[in-house]
Amino acid sequence: MADKKLQIALYWGAACGGCDVAVLDTNEFILDVAELADIRLWPIAADGKYEDIERMEDGELDLALYNGAVRNSENEEIAELLRKKSKVLIAFGSCSHLGGIPGLANFTTRDEIMKTAFLDNPSIEPGNQAVPVPKSEVSAGELEIPSFYKRVYKLDDVVDVDYFVPGCPPAPAQVKAVLTAVAKGELPPKGSVVGASDLAVCEDCGRKKSEKKIKRFYRPWEIIQDFDVCLLEQGILCAGPATRSGCGVRCPDTGLGCRGCYGPLPSVKDQGAKLLSAIASVIDSNDPEEIERIIADIPDFTALAYRFGLPASILQRSFRS
Amino acid sequence: MAFEPRIVGFLCNWCSYTGADLAGTSRIKYPHNIRIIRVMCTARIDPTFVLKALADGADGVLICGCHPGDCHYVEGNYKTIRRYELLKKMLHDLGIEESRVRLEWVSASEGMRFAEVVKDMTETIRGLGPNRIKIELAADSAER
Repeated sequence: MADKKLQIALYWGAACGGCDVAVLDTNEFILDVAELADIRLWPIAADGKYEDIERMEDGELDLALYNGAVRNSENEEIAELLRKKSKVLIAFGSCSHLGGIPGLANFTTRDEIMKTAFLDNPSIEPGNQAVPVPKSEVSAGELEIPSFYKRVYKLDDVVDVDYFVPGCPPAPAQVKAVLTAVAKGELPPKGSVVGASDLAVCEDCGRKKSEKKIKRFYRPWEIIQDFDVCLLEQGILCAGPATRSGCGVRCPDTGLGCRGCYGPLPSVKDQGAKLLSAIASVIDSNDPEEIERIIADIPDFTALAYRFGLPASILQRSFRS
Repeated sequence: MAFEPRIVGFLCNWCSYTGADLAGTSRIKYPHNIRIIRVMCTARIDPTFVLKALADGADGVLICGCHPGDCHYVEGNYKTIRRYELLKKMLHDLGIEESRVRLEWVSASEGMRFAEVVKDMTETIRGLGPNRIKIELAADSAER
């Protein structure tokens, strides 16, 4: 492929922009990327319009990196467009892989979100409350904006995805490895999770592990921790046992529990349920009332368990009506 | 047609499954609404199983094991108590009625108690109505 530059597109759906920054975090490697590839679309950093992509031949793009979840019809439309125009489509980062932080919106409803954002909000002037609708009549004619879905989806709920690069955001080394692999045509079997380990974070974590027995859970700031001992043994919540490694154990190494951004281990369907199993079994009590008291110390356990993956879990969302 | 609850029962091999067997051999009548799955110990029941049962259309999940102190594996059922307490919290946060999932102790000699538990749970679920998770998830993708 030395004679022809790699044709790539980067796109963000419902995302914070961190994944795009992670691509830039490869430092001077980004200059090699510019040498190696033509960036045809990258809304955060380069010009390029949707129409340019629409005009392409099918499969003209060698690679599309899609970060962000699917929250609205625009996210889905561009996902479909990029799927059609790309040889390889990669779900890049936790949001497109599992739903990510935007996926936490599945704990609530579209109506509640609209109410909080546009109606019941102290920063909105009285009388100025307006909820966006897909189509509206203005003096200049009809305006159309993307429609906001009832809930958040992960990328492979809406299109066929070739590879998954986990992480919030993916580590720069992973970004490099993925781009290099595509450039060289050295690709793993379709559907693979690329740039991550098949073992739990605990396997790569250097802290000493022995028997875990917890009488009380702490927030990291509530105790002086021992950096040589497993966080869970000290009562600090850590999603390490239920999370795929490959991140370099960055959070536990800085004294924070793993948050689970690399998603479930291979063959695990529901990361939250696995974390529930792991956390509950270390509670040092056999008395239901005491157990309930100990659990009460965990702030919002369910959101912790599904911090990055509610749309990818078995139940996918909350069913509160 | 009147709503007939479908309940998935996870029963431990050593106490509750034998208890259910006793209910059968003693000709004790209990509702046919329960589908029993035998596991070696309640601690084998990954919370994933419960969520999967609910997502696939079970109206309720009943977990039965040995009374505390009687576990064949010494402390399997204690681990189950802990997981159950945390699972209840999770189900609540996900908007699922807590009483759809129930943990009960049934020993090998408690055939009568097993029948009572199934009877009671069937009525509870009948009162709650059908579990709509599967239908609602299907409606989600139709909206898109």
